[in-house]
Amino acid sequence: MVEVSRLLSHYPADRQKSALLPVLHIAQKEFGGWLNAESMDYVARLLHIHPIEVYEVATFYSMFHTEPVGKVLIEVCQTGPCCLNGAERIISYIEKKLNIKVGETTRDGMFTLKGVECLGACGYAPMFQIGETFYEHLTEEKVDAILADMRSKNS
Amino acid sequence: MGRKLLLEHIDKPDINTMEGYIRHGGYRSLEKALKTMTPDAVTEEVKKSGLRGRGGAGFPTGMKWSFLDKSTDKPRYLLCNADESEPGTFKDRLLMEKIPHLLIEGMIVSSYALGCRTSYIYIRGEYMFILRILEKAIAEAYAKGFLGNNILGTGYSLDLHVHPGAGAYICGEETALIESLEGKRGNPRIKPPFPAIAGLYNCPTIVNNVESIAAVVPIVNDGGEEYAKIGIGKSTGTKLISASGNINKPGVYEIEMGISVEEFIYSDEYCGGIPNGLDIKACVPGGSSVPILPKQLLFKQSDGSPRLMTYESLSEGGFATGSMLGSGGFIVFDEKACIVRNTWNFARFYHHESCGQCSPCREGTGWMERVLHNIEYGHGKMEDIDLLWDIQRKIEGNTICPLGDAAAWPVAAAIRHFRHEFEYHVKYPHRVFDADHVYQPEMKMQTV
Amino acid sequence: MPKVTIDDITIEVPAGTTILEAARQIGVNVPPAMCYYSKLKGSGGKCRVCLVKVTKGSDRDPRPMPKLVASCRTAVMDGMEVRNVTSPEVIEARRGVVEFLLVNHPLDCPICDQAGECHLQDLSYDHGLSKSRYEFERRTFERIDIGDKIQLHMNRCILCYRCTQVAEQLTPERVHGVLYRGEVSEISTFIEQAVDNEMSGNMIDVCPVGALTDKTFRFKSRVWFTKPMYAHRDCPTCSGKVTLWYQGAEVLRVTSRKDKWGESEGFICNTCRFDKKQTIDWTIEGPADVDRHSVISQNHYELPYELPVNQKKLSN
Ligand SMILES: Cc1cc2nc3c(=O)[nH]c(=O)nc-3n(C[C@H](O)[C@H](O)[C@H](O)COP(=O)(O)O)c2cc1C
Ligand code: SF4
Ligand code: SF4
Ligand code: FES
Ligand code: FES
Repeated sequence: MVEVSRLLSHYPADRQKSALLPVLHIAQKEFGGWLNAESMDYVARLLHIHPIEVYEVATFYSMFHTEPVGKVLIEVCQTGPCCLNGAERIISYIEKKLNIKVGETTRDGMFTLKGVECLGACGYAPMFQIGETFYEHLTEEKVDAILADMRSKNS
Repeated sequence: MGRKLLLEHIDKPDINTMEGYIRHGGYRSLEKALKTMTPDAVTEEVKKSGLRGRGGAGFPTGMKWSFLDKSTDKPRYLLCNADESEPGTFKDRLLMEKIPHLLIEGMIVSSYALGCRTSYIYIRGEYMFILRILEKAIAEAYAKGFLGNNILGTGYSLDLHVHPGAGAYICGEETALIESLEGKRGNPRIKPPFPAIAGLYNCPTIVNNVESIAAVVPIVNDGGEEYAKIGIGKSTGTKLISASGNINKPGVYEIEMGISVEEFIYSDEYCGGIPNGLDIKACVPGGSSVPILPKQLLFKQSDGSPRLMTYESLSEGGFATGSMLGSGGFIVFDEKACIVRNTWNFARFYHHESCGQCSPCREGTGWMERVLHNIEYGHGKMEDIDLLWDIQRKIEGNTICPLGDAAAWPVAAAIRHFRHEFEYHVKYPHRVFDADHVYQPEMKMQTV
Repeated sequence: MPKVTIDDITIEVPAGTTILEAARQIGVNVPPAMCYYSKLKGSGGKCRVCLVKVTKGSDRDPRPMPKLVASCRTAVMDGMEVRNVTSPEVIEARRGVVEFLLVNHPLDCPICDQAGECHLQDLSYDHGLSKSRYEFERRTFERIDIGDKIQLHMNRCILCYRCTQVAEQLTPERVHGVLYRGEVSEISTFIEQAVDNEMSGNMIDVCPVGALTDKTFRFKSRVWFTKPMYAHRDCPTCSGKVTLWYQGAEVLRVTSRKDKWGESEGFICNTCRFDKKQTIDWTIEGPADVDRHSVISQNHYELPYELPVNQKKLSN
């Protein structure tokens, strides 16, 4: 809440809706990595806007999830420049390793593999993002190590 | 070695801190501008520098600033566009990550020139770790009296905030950015009115790229004329180029405008040539939106002279034989790269990123992706190539914002210069599934 | 007052008038409009069917505009010269836009209530190709009820945003909107919720296609078998000026009155629209003016397209 009022102070008093994106980021983190109708309604009340205004925004931006995701969300870049340096190989490797396809979650709810567009790391390809961290110059060994580490941290 | 105006001190370990930054000459332009120059004098220097917007369009920054409506008593806003989502572009990230104070210094000086009391840095949501770096640097700047009330006792006051996006390439378009900052969907606005008249909260607003704003610092320090001495013609100063793809040394390079494309690709100072002893096939010199150039057009202009890394030289010949400098996202393809596959990949990108407001882009981007997917996966027909040409032509120029054009151009250029590769895919569908085509995602309705 | 010339006809209009409005004042060769609605603030600019070519910007700055412009959102300038039907480039681009609008359209006119008054159907008559070149599966959505009076067939929606503007501008709380983005954008309430408010029925009238329909009228009749009559009543909420759609002596449907451009002359309330379906509720004025071109007046109707492959959809 302290964080929310700090965010609200960034915008003119009659323009509090501006805080919607940053507040949704916080809400998503607090509510288990995704936004359900109740959490969005809560955000609407917080900012004194209609719930539909929140739904419209939450469904527009690809970082917001309106369906549950795994504990660890792997956002792997699948755009051209990364593909020139082996992104597709890494993606199929992760798919095989986790036994899921891009867009799916492992049965134990641990990992969701999401294909995303250029994350601004094209020179350090292949890469994925987990949470706020970028993992770059990925190799199969690196992927193994990162996934093992994530699994132990999150079980 | 070319001169470095932005990244000169990037290797200094403490350059990300206030002390380190100041030790290496930081915040001089702040003192100079606020204490010795009028706001208009700052704008004048920017005009003299010839600086052109580094976000992609290359519009002269000083001229843009002079359009800002100063006749009203509404607040004015400067928005820094740190949405950096154009595939192949990762220069703003490096600058903000390593030298956050350079952007902050640029923001303060530029805001002073424009008469803003509040300014925002709109950063893509995926760069949350950079948002934290910037917020820390901003806190240092407040503590130092460089931000807040009565900066350096000059009477000028400014608040600076960082605002995260949440995953939408379109929010790099300036009016979509404004909508997003207002807490809405990133739907570009229909222009006019232009932001300089009615932008954020309906107030006069300027949107500038990170690199453009950072360049204001050396311009104020050394004077616009000094800056304009670097470069050729209307391409002045230095430019950050993000180099990726099939090259030996991918990364961000600050170049003096006007070095040759050949030097950039083959010199060890920059890309260092093509790996594995392969030849180059093609290059997208300015981010995924700009036309791809085949090798034979890449190094030479139509008059036979060397093609240079400048706005003019890269676009020489128009789209028939040229391309654009764009955002400086320089993507190199070696002789083994599949142009059809890359074109499909980019088409998927634009399909995914269309905001969906206007019908040619909403429906046309998905259509192009599907047709390209068919060709790439061995289900194409010869007519599909002409169909693609027709679809892109009907999108281009007919949409609300330039994303429609950005989706159309790569497809057009690929067909223009690499039609034979498309035909090959149609004729020999089984042959194209070589080792580089291992990953075969299913084609489905794209979801966000 | 600025003078503008559209397809060689010159007219003087108040400053700030759009090219489209000026063309409507001229009255011939008017660009079509699928998203613009003169009575809704901020409408227009999205569908792109109204694109025209500006061959001369103004007397002061005679340069042509580099791209085709949306006539519904471009203000005229003194001395401006515009080409609409006299520009092959415009016709070509418009054909392209119509094709895009039909790419994901189910083409289920035979079972659509809007058939006969659908602007997309008219457009495809005028500009369409005889056969779609789109070979992929069309996007489909479930049909949903938004309240007990209005049904949403998202498959048919062209995302003109008019219904959201009605909700925004005529009702106290908008509960539906545009969700998701790009090609999968949809009109929805997100959580199933009734759109219920005295003025909500106007969404049906502004919808240019059959995406929003009057549930109380559905399937009772094809429009061209009904007879429209103007009528009015003393209504405390709205103007009470309506069109009654009769089949024999029965009022099947009540709508607002449409002007020449297919726009409501005045918005009406839900009481008039849904609850007053007896002749005695109304003072009858006489037969409604129906545009000569309309299939309603011609009393006939054919498919502009070959039926789509997905015939199975027709059964729901
Ligand atoms: C679809 C689209 C995406 C864009 N993305 C960016 C971006 O990520 N960063 C950026 O600086 N400019 C981007 N632009 C360009 C901006 O609209 C705008 O021209 C720029 O921020 C102006 O700053 P400048 O004059 O300093 O270049 C984009 C434009 C379009 C049409
Ligand atoms: S061109 Fe595409 S991204 Fe731009 S407004 Fe139209 S639909 Fe949106
Ligand atoms: S439902 Fe009708 S009015 Fe609403 S956006 Fe779709 S086409 Fe337009
Ligand atoms: S293409 Fe993967 S980070 Fe840019
Ligand atoms: S009517 Fe002008 S763009 Fe839709």
